[in-house]
Amino acid sequence: MALNSLWYCTRQACISLTRNFWLGVASAAMIAVSLIILGAFLLVAVNANQFMRIVESTVEINVFLEDDADVRDLQHRLAGLRGVEEIRFVPKQQGLQELKKAFGERHDLLSGFEGENNPLPDSFRVRAERAELVPTLAQQISFFPGVYKVRYGQEYVEALVKVTRWVNVVALGAVVLLGAGAVFLIVTTIRLSMVARQDEIGIMKYLGASNWYIRGPFVLEGMVVGLAGACAAVATLGAGYYYLVVVLERLPLLFFIQPVTDPNMLLSIFGGLLGLGLLMGGVGSLISVRKFLQV
Amino acid sequence: MIQLYNVSKVYDNGVPAVSDISLRIAKGEFVFLIGPSGAGKSTLTKLIFREQLPSSGQIFFRGRNILRFGPREVLQLRRQIGVVFQDFRLLPRKTVYENVAFALEVIGRSRKEIRERVPAVLARVGLSGKEDAFPDQLSGGEQQRVGVARAIVKRPLVILADEPTGNLDPDTSREIMDLFEVINRDGTTVVIATHAWDIVNRMRKRVVALENGRLVRDEERGSYSYGA
Repeated sequence: MALNSLWYCTRQACISLTRNFWLGVASAAMIAVSLIILGAFLLVAVNANQFMRIVESTVEINVFLEDDADVRDLQHRLAGLRGVEEIRFVPKQQGLQELKKAFGERHDLLSGFEGENNPLPDSFRVRAERAELVPTLAQQISFFPGVYKVRYGQEYVEALVKVTRWVNVVALGAVVLLGAGAVFLIVTTIRLSMVARQDEIGIMKYLGASNWYIRGPFVLEGMVVGLAGACAAVATLGAGYYYLVVVLERLPLLFFIQPVTDPNMLLSIFGGLLGLGLLMGGVGSLISVRKFLQV
Repeated sequence: MIQLYNVSKVYDNGVPAVSDISLRIAKGEFVFLIGPSGAGKSTLTKLIFREQLPSSGQIFFRGRNILRFGPREVLQLRRQIGVVFQDFRLLPRKTVYENVAFALEVIGRSRKEIRERVPAVLARVGLSGKEDAFPDQLSGGEQQRVGVARAIVKRPLVILADEPTGNLDPDTSREIMDLFEVINRDGTTVVIATHAWDIVNRMRKRVVALENGRLVRDEERGSYSYGA
């Protein structure tokens, strides 16, 4: 029985799909476009995340100490903060060495400041677990006794956090709008199929067909359209992303941008897009079918 | 088999279709529902089929209140009732065989069962040899025979027919009614809403007459004429 019903569903779905071929194509294309945009933003997001993680590992808070600071006590307090990954004490001599290194060939400019004349304070280098924790941590640390000044790549970190947040909001908005449009098109496609078979549906109800038996072919039709759109989206995105990765590898200037190539991550994104396409198709046809079955 | 208690139906636009109808139809009965257009015959058949719900009153099918049925039970109810329409309602793109087989397909019967039962039913309604014809290649009478075959192929307990001969000439109408009588003789309860007074008078079955939505007469072996 189940096999018979499945066969019936498939046959009817195929008939409907060929009957309204171009509308089906339009719906699939709409789904493809919205999924491509969603996928592109997802890819940007995972890459931005990876980029942030790389940046984070270099974002340090410089904590400069007063001359009479209690180094042990401070170290304790810093270690007690939430979100601190690593603490490194930099005595003033080492600070000077590092500064000299930064000056490169002109390090002789600093030659007068050694020993007693070193104007640099002792300091801690604190690394945060995540970039967005840096501003809060820095503020907390600045209130500790014995802390003279706290510095970090403030603008840099804040800008990065802000940009990713905005990208997320815009992406989400676009995806919701386009997704709604795509679902609406599916609803229209399925409704046309149903109108074409209205008499048959009426007769089926009189003959005692279950609602699922009537719905089946339409839901299947919607899901096929959704899946077709999703496949197109995944193919486009996959090819585009692959091309981008290859191009970036060839450009030594952009060596610091390392695109995500982890196959698990990419597979779950593409797999998710396919699933979403199916879901949109299914939901669209269910919306369409609902009002036809009220008897 | 079917019992109605004080059933009334008022449509959303305030028009009362049937008012305070009480009626018992026993298993194996043959009943004509008669009355002028708008008397409420169609509404009554729709209420029994649970296509519509009454505004008040109770309806029982085989001792169970159909107004309390959930979706699953409504399906079961409809599978025990075969419906025949005035306009046949055949699927134009399916052959005679497929139209009848469809009734079994949609309730999930096996192909084997379909292959066995459909030819037998077509033979019974006198359509052997027409299996591969499409509805528009058949006469009105033949189309209605397909409609009857489709209604009885699932072996329902009740046949509900709404003006089954409304689109047919008198001779053909008689043939179709004779078909219903044969089906009834095998134990199937038959309820027919009709205008066809000559047939009603000839067949001398139970007659339930409606007028303006009210039950005005209920006679065993009755005739169409009012006040007879």
